[in-house]
Amino acid sequence: MTAKQELKKSIIASVWFMFLTFPIMVIKVNTVTHTIDWRWHNMALVGIGSFFLSMLWRYLLKKKEEGGKKEKKAGLSFIQRLLQEKQFALPGIVIISIITILFPHIFSMYQTNIMTSALIFVVLGLGLNIVIGLAGLLVLGYAAFFAVGAYSYALLNLHYGVGFWVALPIGGILAAFFGILLGYPVLRLRGDYLAIVTLGFGEIIRLVLENWNEFSFGPSGIKNIPKPGFLGIEMSMQTTTIYVFYIVVLLVVFTIFVINRLKNSRIGRAWTALKDDEIASQAMGIDKAKTKLRAFALGATWAGMAGVVFASKTTFINPASFTLWESVIILCTVVLGGMGSIAGVIAGALLLILLPEYMRDFGEFRMITFGAVLILMMIFRPGGMIEDVRKTYKFEK
Amino acid sequence: MKPILEVKSMTMDFGGLRAIDNVDLSIEKGQIVALIGPNGAGKTTFFNCITGIYTPTHGDIYISPNGSEDGKNERINGLKPNIVTRKGLARTFQNIRLFTSMTVLENVMIGCHAITKAGIMGAIFRGASTKSEEKLIVEKSYLILEKIGLSKYVDELAVNLPYGAQRRLEIARALATDPFLLLLDEPAAGMNPQETMELDELILKIRNSEGISILLIEHDMKLVMSLSEKIYVVDYGKKIAEGTPEEIRHNPVVIKAYLGEEVDA
Repeated sequence: MTAKQELKKSIIASVWFMFLTFPIMVIKVNTVTHTIDWRWHNMALVGIGSFFLSMLWRYLLKKKEEGGKKEKKAGLSFIQRLLQEKQFALPGIVIISIITILFPHIFSMYQTNIMTSALIFVVLGLGLNIVIGLAGLLVLGYAAFFAVGAYSYALLNLHYGVGFWVALPIGGILAAFFGILLGYPVLRLRGDYLAIVTLGFGEIIRLVLENWNEFSFGPSGIKNIPKPGFLGIEMSMQTTTIYVFYIVVLLVVFTIFVINRLKNSRIGRAWTALKDDEIASQAMGIDKAKTKLRAFALGATWAGMAGVVFASKTTFINPASFTLWESVIILCTVVLGGMGSIAGVIAGALLLILLPEYMRDFGEFRMITFGAVLILMMIFRPGGMIEDVRKTYKFEK
Repeated sequence: MKPILEVKSMTMDFGGLRAIDNVDLSIEKGQIVALIGPNGAGKTTFFNCITGIYTPTHGDIYISPNGSEDGKNERINGLKPNIVTRKGLARTFQNIRLFTSMTVLENVMIGCHAITKAGIMGAIFRGASTKSEEKLIVEKSYLILEKIGLSKYVDELAVNLPYGAQRRLEIARALATDPFLLLLDEPAAGMNPQETMELDELILKIRNSEGISILLIEHDMKLVMSLSEKIYVVDYGKKIAEGTPEEIRHNPVVIKAYLGEEVDA
């Protein structure tokens, strides 16, 4: 494309934007004096801004197209190569562990609390990654399993005095049961249809919790959920916060370990095969129903355990914590981070939960930024921040 | 000798459409059998019925894996596709259906799914049995790729393979399920003459070295005539002829089905 055409396109774009933003950027009605302020300088700003942005936009797109051809050969990005280097693995793990161990002692309780929430979402993201990233089942009601875990701890504790450590596996198992319950009727569905049904399932769980007062105490929720104990020792507020932080870190490590193992196993490969082609995988001897149900159950298990931890951390839960919005956030962490990629999902979850916390000053702009980042990601890095790399196998004769 | 696959008066209806009408077919151990017919004759539907994707409306399908006289017959109508594969019938697809996001080796490793059994707990704890099973899968898959002549592509993503290699990979993947009968749906479609010749050799090699019987659908008559020991011809869902390549070549009914009838002026 010639420079002249480029200029013409950018001018058209800027004129179009000036026209679109005219009512909100230029006209301002002064309701006191009943006059209209014409803010023409805004129009100029919009025009110049969109002119240059559209230039930049097309430059980036062009660069991406050229890069795409080259990248096929060059292959991996910097981070991907870093993750594959064996010699960086040990120092990397040591550095990350030291940072996580020291984190609550260096930073304030407030920071530790935020980090704990972010790590809970890391667990949720990794759990959903089993269902979406590995098995390719688009689930939109994931927060429902999170709710199942949280409520199972809260209710078991309220009625039977069950402690945190007993509730943790029970929450996971109950969520897995619900996972199978949801999975069974939707075995035949894929893609958009599956997303809609699971979205409905998530809403059903939330609405039941909200309206069945005798069971779940409705919107007022359940309070005074005990924090996790440690051999019955009394702990101060601060120690408990740190203690919960370490529990979540352990849960994250456990999750990474399990998912890494699952990913490179017979089951993990069967999931990926089902994602790619259902008929062919059945012709290879893969039991579609069993394999899919396993993905649902395992994905839900982690949401359930994260739910138990969440309930013990906040000591209060109500249905408002498990809305569609939570499901969408978890889905975004997986998509943004990189489907199927463990490092990607962790990075995505930390980014999506921590950034809004620190961007509280920007108020409502958070949502716009959030949307814009997602759109830009889909265009420039459709595979996510850290794309998944298939494992290669060594063979010696 | 008993046939290893015996199809008795199989019929498949889709609503009012009879896609397969009362077809019989039998394959002996170690035989290469071809199923030919004009487009839309019902060949792929026939495959789908045998491999469990469809359940035939009428008729029976029996298998007897080792083909010996005292071996027992097993009826496989209406079994799920994954069960049929476990029983030893492996297939390839007319429109290539590889696992595109996986490497070539992993594609073949999936084929081993039917003959291995590690579950979730095995995957998480990775005990001795799982480890040795994994090792076996990798080894076996690699050897199959070597035999098929794809070992240079091992770590390549399956989608990045040239067309002919993708077709061969489908065969490799099917072989990994340890079949006694291999069903090939137009394996030479879209191949150039050189690739077709290599395929011809490959199919013979599979049959001769492993004793795997082969049922093949193919439009390339040269390949069919040189390979097969027995040919079945179907048209509009009905079997119109069966016999050796020589008999089929001169059968007037077959010629009519393919070229149409002569009209007197």
